[in-house]
Amino acid sequence: MEDKLSTALEALRGRFEVQVNTFRGETIVNVKSEDIVGVCRALREEFGFCMLTDETAIDYWPQQTPRFHIVYHLISMMKERLRLLVPLDGNSPSLSTVEGVFPNANWLEREIWDLFGITFEQHSDLRRIIMPRDWEGHPLRKDYPLGYEEVQFTFNSQEIDTRKPYAKE
Amino acid sequence: MVELRDITMDELKHLVSERAIEGETMLLNMGPQHPSTHGVLRLLLELDGETVVNCIPDIGFLHTGVEKSMESKNYQQAEVMTDRLDYLNTVGNTLVYCLAVEKLVDLGVPPRAQVIRVILTELQRIASHLVWLGSQSLDLAAMSVFLYAFREREYILDILEMVSGQRMMTTYIRPGGLWRDVPIDFEDAVRQFVGLLPPRIDQYEALLTKNPLYLDRTRGIGVLSAEDAVRWGITGPNLRGSGVAYDVRKTNPYSGYEQYDFDIPVQKEGDVYARYQVRIEEMRQSLRIISQALDILPNGPVRSNNRKFVPPPRSEIGVSMEALIHHFKLWTEGFSAPAGGVFVSVESPRGELGVYLEGDGSPKPYRVHWRTPSFTNLQALPLLSKGHLVADLVAIIGSLDIVLGDVDR
Amino acid sequence: MGVEQRLGNLGVVTTTLEQAINWGRTRAMWPMLFGLACCAIEMMAAQASHYDMSRFGMELMRASPRQSDLMIVAGRVTRKMAPVLRRLYDQMPDPKWAIAMGDCASCGGIFNNYAIVQGVDEVIPIDVYVAGCPPRPEGLIHGILTLYEKVKCERLDKWA
Repeated sequence: MEDKLSTALEALRGRFEVQVNTFRGETIVNVKSEDIVGVCRALREEFGFCMLTDETAIDYWPQQTPRFHIVYHLISMMKERLRLLVPLDGNSPSLSTVEGVFPNANWLEREIWDLFGITFEQHSDLRRIIMPRDWEGHPLRKDYPLGYEEVQFTFNSQEIDTRKPYAKE
Repeated sequence: MVELRDITMDELKHLVSERAIEGETMLLNMGPQHPSTHGVLRLLLELDGETVVNCIPDIGFLHTGVEKSMESKNYQQAEVMTDRLDYLNTVGNTLVYCLAVEKLVDLGVPPRAQVIRVILTELQRIASHLVWLGSQSLDLAAMSVFLYAFREREYILDILEMVSGQRMMTTYIRPGGLWRDVPIDFEDAVRQFVGLLPPRIDQYEALLTKNPLYLDRTRGIGVLSAEDAVRWGITGPNLRGSGVAYDVRKTNPYSGYEQYDFDIPVQKEGDVYARYQVRIEEMRQSLRIISQALDILPNGPVRSNNRKFVPPPRSEIGVSMEALIHHFKLWTEGFSAPAGGVFVSVESPRGELGVYLEGDGSPKPYRVHWRTPSFTNLQALPLLSKGHLVADLVAIIGSLDIVLGDVDR
Repeated sequence: MGVEQRLGNLGVVTTTLEQAINWGRTRAMWPMLFGLACCAIEMMAAQASHYDMSRFGMELMRASPRQSDLMIVAGRVTRKMAPVLRRLYDQMPDPKWAIAMGDCASCGGIFNNYAIVQGVDEVIPIDVYVAGCPPRPEGLIHGILTLYEKVKCERLDKWA
């Protein structure tokens, strides 16, 4: 098993500026944001990582450098799994889309744009996907409030009742 | 009153064809309240007569904010949310979450708990496929299959209720094992069910497999080639219906799946009918796994002994001060997980269900992301539906087996 | 029902008419086929063979709001779904009733966050709340029977 993965990692090390870590048996590759399309293409075409299972982001607010990590999970349909991490700085970062390599990144990146506000350059259809079109803000950012509403208990139920916007017929 | 907004075509220009802008083809809204979209899915269809030229899914009508909510709860509390994601695969959701937590904090699970987990997830897989079979055939106007399938599903829900007290949202699998051991009559009940289901599956097959009406509406409809399926990241029965034998239970076994002998059903055609055949066969394979698991079901504890993560049993609390302290700490503060991220995936009835869990040393998860199979599978709908009739679109949506809670999270 | 208004209080005649109409309404109440989330599966189970809701005159689930008089809000209502829900409710012909099935529809349930409407009664008026996450099919049937009790007590002049 390790052969395929280690040859892929070896080749990546030679061609791109990457850092390889492992945590709990999972291989994590730190990639620079300008290399991501090249890394994905090489992994897909040369090393058989043919499926992008997942793409998501993590927000490290209030830390600014890097504020975000984009996480890619690639699988080879056999046993090998690989995680790519792309650090991004600043509040409204952007990086190029991997839609050209893995078409299913389309929705995944739309979701990241919707929930995190990270722009993907050259994306074919960067609209909000989950939240309503006129929604303000990006809910999964750490500086976005949870939107918790006070729960009604016996002691405060009447007070909440008076300001709750009950619907009329 | 609803405020009307000025509508411009610019927003849709890159999605629909030129002919729609000129008015030659028709744009039709389908959903979010439509009997055959299996929930609150909205489709914008571009139709040429009755032929689908383009299909633009609009999702998010069931976006629950689970990921954000889980970040505000500790590891044990957050588990309750997992059930409600994919509500046809509740046991599988808790399983993948618990596997991720166990991997993150490096926690072992006793063998008896492993086997019971497998039995329950396989039962849940059958239940999910039964709901799929019922609703899919209801869409294709076979009412009786719906009634039969839900009859059998009740047996599985009875078993789940027996072990956990809840029919659907069990939260029975916990980090480090199970909530508690199964009742004594669990084994008999499962054995009885395993004996009862095979003839019933034959019954469904008798109703559908060679039924010319069903064949006409499913064969050659929504064909997905193996190459496209892999490119679009499709997993589960949809991928296996296209001839790719990929199953997480075989490639990356978890919970001791490597010790069971089962086949991955594969069909070459990639149409709606192939996906139907795969799911029917999967139910049989699940039964095989369940009966093997029942045969090897060992005795022993069902919860890990690691008191730092798993609360002590009730009986210990009265006699041991240490147990009392652990109990108190675990149920007030929770346990903390080290900094770092793990990705664990299991095979849900719909495909590869993964969870990305990142801890930061505190008792609350820093980031939880769900890789849900329905989300990725639904993305292929435009690809599958092009050139088919609207009536066939219903069959195609049904055959993808999407659960909107799973799509929108 | 314009009879009452035109003729004034008809005493014994309208009470029996009231009873007859209310009885009729409870015996053929068509719910809308409107599932949102987990509770929708239990609603399907309530409709299927084991629980068989048609025993209570709910033979048909109508997919069109224009043909139904009961809306069972089965599941969590998101901020994106709320306008759609209200529009569907407005499209239903009078008299109409609504059941909030499950904790999420009743009060937001465990999802207290930005995406979920905390109780569907902020969007449409609700007659009966059914507790449970999700409620068992028996729970839903109990909720419907409770609604029948409510409908039986309805005064004709309210609808006039």
